[in-house]
Amino acid sequence: MFDRRLIEHFDWGLLVLILLIAGTGLMVLYSAVMAGWQGTGLHYLFKRQLIWMGGGAALMTGILVFDFQKLNKLNLFIYAACVTLLVGVYFFGQSGGGSQRWISFGGISVQPSELMKIALIISLASIYATKVSPEGLNFRQLLKPAVFCMIPVGLIVNQPDLGTGLMLLLIAGAITLFVKVEKKVVLILGALSGCVLPVVWFFGLKAYQKSRILTFLDPDRDPLGTGYHIIQSKIAIGSGMITGKGFLQGTQNALAFLPEQHTDFILSVLAEEWGLVGCTVLLILYFLLICWGLNIAYNCRNLFGSILAFGITSMIFWQIFINVGMVMGLMPVVGMPLPLVSYGGSSVITNMMGFGILLNISMRRFYTS
Amino acid sequence: MVDLPKTKERDWMKQRVMAASLCVLIVFMLLFFRLVYLQLIKGEEYHRLSETNCVRLKSIKPSRGLIFDRHGELLVDNRPAFDLVMVLEDTGSVPDTVSLLSSLIDEPYVDLMEQIQKAGTAAFYKPIVLKKDISRDQLAVVEAHKFDLPGIYVEIEPTRHYIYPETASHLLGYLGEVNKKELESGMLPHVRAGDHIGRYGVEKSFESYLQGRRGGRQVEVDVNGRVVQELKTVAPVPGHNLHLTLDLPLQQLAEDLLEDRDGAVVALNPANGDVLVMASNPGFDQNDFIGGISTRNWQALMNNPGRPMINKTIQAEYPPASTYKILTAIAALEEKKIDGDDTTFCPGFYMFRGRRYHCWRRHGHGHLNVVDALAQSCDVFFYLAGEKTGVDALAQYANGCGLGRPTGIDLDHERQGLIPTSAWKRERFNEAWFPGETLSISIGQGFNLVTPLQMAVFTAAIANGGTLYRPRIVTAVKDVNGHLVREMDPEITGGIPAGRQTLDLVRKGLTEVVEGDRGTARSIRIKQIEMAGKTGTAQVSSRKTGEKFDNENQKRTLRDHAWFVCYAPAENPVIAIAVIIEHGEHGSSAAAPVAGTLVKKYLGLPGPEESFDAAPEG
Repeated sequence: MFDRRLIEHFDWGLLVLILLIAGTGLMVLYSAVMAGWQGTGLHYLFKRQLIWMGGGAALMTGILVFDFQKLNKLNLFIYAACVTLLVGVYFFGQSGGGSQRWISFGGISVQPSELMKIALIISLASIYATKVSPEGLNFRQLLKPAVFCMIPVGLIVNQPDLGTGLMLLLIAGAITLFVKVEKKVVLILGALSGCVLPVVWFFGLKAYQKSRILTFLDPDRDPLGTGYHIIQSKIAIGSGMITGKGFLQGTQNALAFLPEQHTDFILSVLAEEWGLVGCTVLLILYFLLICWGLNIAYNCRNLFGSILAFGITSMIFWQIFINVGMVMGLMPVVGMPLPLVSYGGSSVITNMMGFGILLNISMRRFYTS
Repeated sequence: MVDLPKTKERDWMKQRVMAASLCVLIVFMLLFFRLVYLQLIKGEEYHRLSETNCVRLKSIKPSRGLIFDRHGELLVDNRPAFDLVMVLEDTGSVPDTVSLLSSLIDEPYVDLMEQIQKAGTAAFYKPIVLKKDISRDQLAVVEAHKFDLPGIYVEIEPTRHYIYPETASHLLGYLGEVNKKELESGMLPHVRAGDHIGRYGVEKSFESYLQGRRGGRQVEVDVNGRVVQELKTVAPVPGHNLHLTLDLPLQQLAEDLLEDRDGAVVALNPANGDVLVMASNPGFDQNDFIGGISTRNWQALMNNPGRPMINKTIQAEYPPASTYKILTAIAALEEKKIDGDDTTFCPGFYMFRGRRYHCWRRHGHGHLNVVDALAQSCDVFFYLAGEKTGVDALAQYANGCGLGRPTGIDLDHERQGLIPTSAWKRERFNEAWFPGETLSISIGQGFNLVTPLQMAVFTAAIANGGTLYRPRIVTAVKDVNGHLVREMDPEITGGIPAGRQTLDLVRKGLTEVVEGDRGTARSIRIKQIEMAGKTGTAQVSSRKTGEKFDNENQKRTLRDHAWFVCYAPAENPVIAIAVIIEHGEHGSSAAAPVAGTLVKKYLGLPGPEESFDAAPEG
């Protein structure tokens, strides 16, 4: 029957952190969509985000019910299902933004590439759990995880959705380094990617993707296109100064100078209205969240659970790093939402699922395999 | 690993987690320092920028490339158009201003409001276009009431202008506003919402050259929207100019000659495949598409039975009728089924498997060889020649002559026609090929379909000694300073699979069509030069071969299509033409005179515009 220990071990701290970040996110989103000219048509987005958050919370709670180790047994099935969905996108997918990313089931559209992130983390955790050694993995041992990784990456890059494809690679890379690989392997792979990158640049990237990267290196190159985003975003952040202009008082935001102010560039709304203080609070909350995730990985008595927890944590980490870096002009503009803050259903659902898994591992941390 | 002692596993885990934590700490410190840099060190500066502000974007549209004909005559350019725009930020009461405006310029209030609603979200400081391309009268009224209309401005936009409306409309094409899907596709990195891109014809095929690059100004404006200083200006790059192979006077003559008849005319230079004329009737006025075509105009175009939106030279497929006898002659001669001296007796019909296949001339042509048969377009001769050659060999030669495949012209929507084979029929209808069908094919009256352009390319190849060219419509792309950006050389796509002897015989036959005393197109003969051609009359309604058919009393849409292909002069040809008149009944009477007049004009031959006599044929 139901194990009482599960309630005793429930990770209230993590839940509180999640709620704090989500609350901050909703407040910033409210400002992003409500400020400025009334009736801009964005206000309904706030309501929709609330619905997504509610759905995500339900999903998160649902994930707590079963033992996370079931995921280990089911990993091949989950992986195959997600790959099938990705292939299905080719045939039944809906186009949006120039690529086929969505697939529809009776009115509910899902983005299989988002689910794939979690599926890949589960699969890699499952593979590595049987392989790790204190000396690190060699090339032969890395073969299987590499294949598991490249299939979905290839499919997603072909959609084309370069951003999510790179995200999968970053997550997989982080997990692999976490379980430790031989020094020799790291050096060779590093040299190899140095050779491959120019090839990708010249043959693999589309013109608009190249232009984004070039613009990042030199924002003046295109001050009216992508460069405009970065310049305006920096103005918004900088103008917030220490304490900010106050809730709903951001002029950059209100006058619609900020592009994508409710999705990818939402951090600049926070920065403008709450200043360095607000941003630092959010960064600290995120930092605590990541550390909490790493702590769950450390405390889990089960290797699969440890690696799984680390994988989920790395997924959250990369999103924060790339989004915040991009908005502050440290990184090229790639479509990357800020977890729990940016508007967007796919992002909310994927991250909530991730948190569900983290909470699940945390409350069952004394289970051994 | 699982077998390791627990303490060792804990140590390992501790080491990995500590390493990861260190990385995370470094990254968050980096982000924090960047934040401090932006908000503390550079904060004052950015704060001022956001206050005084702000930086606004004003885009400068590039002017689209011009289009010239082969003589350097300007066909398409740009003219200034005045757009009425509104900046919500500067407008006091939107309903009041709009209702005043609507009464001043006599445009419905709801239409104007709809534009504001459509602009939707990001519209607070951005100009919203209320009405594009207002008239001079409207402009005068708006300027006079400037101070009663806060937030209403007039913007000057370069707009496409087709100097000769309805001339070569299918070839030149038209523009349309880019849609959201195309913008999001990332395929048009330099195009922004509201821009126009080529939708059809040359405007579409050469979009990337014509487009140019948008420029822009980043300006600092004060609270009242006045420009305080220019921060950065990027000059627009004008689009490149196109030099077409089109001959404007000849094109205009061809369109005049078609008058109100539906049909198409293609004229090529046989020496290089240059498209001198590409006329398709009825056409449309490209200027109607600028700023969005009105629903009424669009409905009228769509409901027109003459299908004005189709470029009939490449998008319409017709049975080639007797013009196909050229192909049958080539195939039979090359396959050695007939030779130049063989004669056949035409009694007016051919008995095949107990059925009579009639010749168009009911009382027969008597004895004729291949040259006579082409000149007089004898059906019986080609029934026999085709029967001996067989459907699949005929198809092989047809493909070799460029029929049944796209010519490769730089225009979208080109159809490839249809050259039937026995295998095709089995696949398509799950039925064996009937020998009787080969007879119909031989005179171009079966399943075969061709486009006028394919026939023109084929005719040009016969004229030049067998070389098939890819039809060329643009010779050069030049930048605004006249420097060559790209030159298009003539391109050979194949050769007619026939020897010199065969081609000489066919050419002799085609010359006799016009110059011979019994030639079916003798009525268009002109004194100064010899011409070569072939007439054709394509049945529209299906009927048994040779059955009596009274065209006069038929509904117009059931009347036959009239074909004529020709080249001139017969020796050293400089022009090859294909003409089709839909429901024109007879190739000799309807289509041939059009070609004859064009030849005279192109060669600069004098002579009154006399109408050529009609002589019916098959």
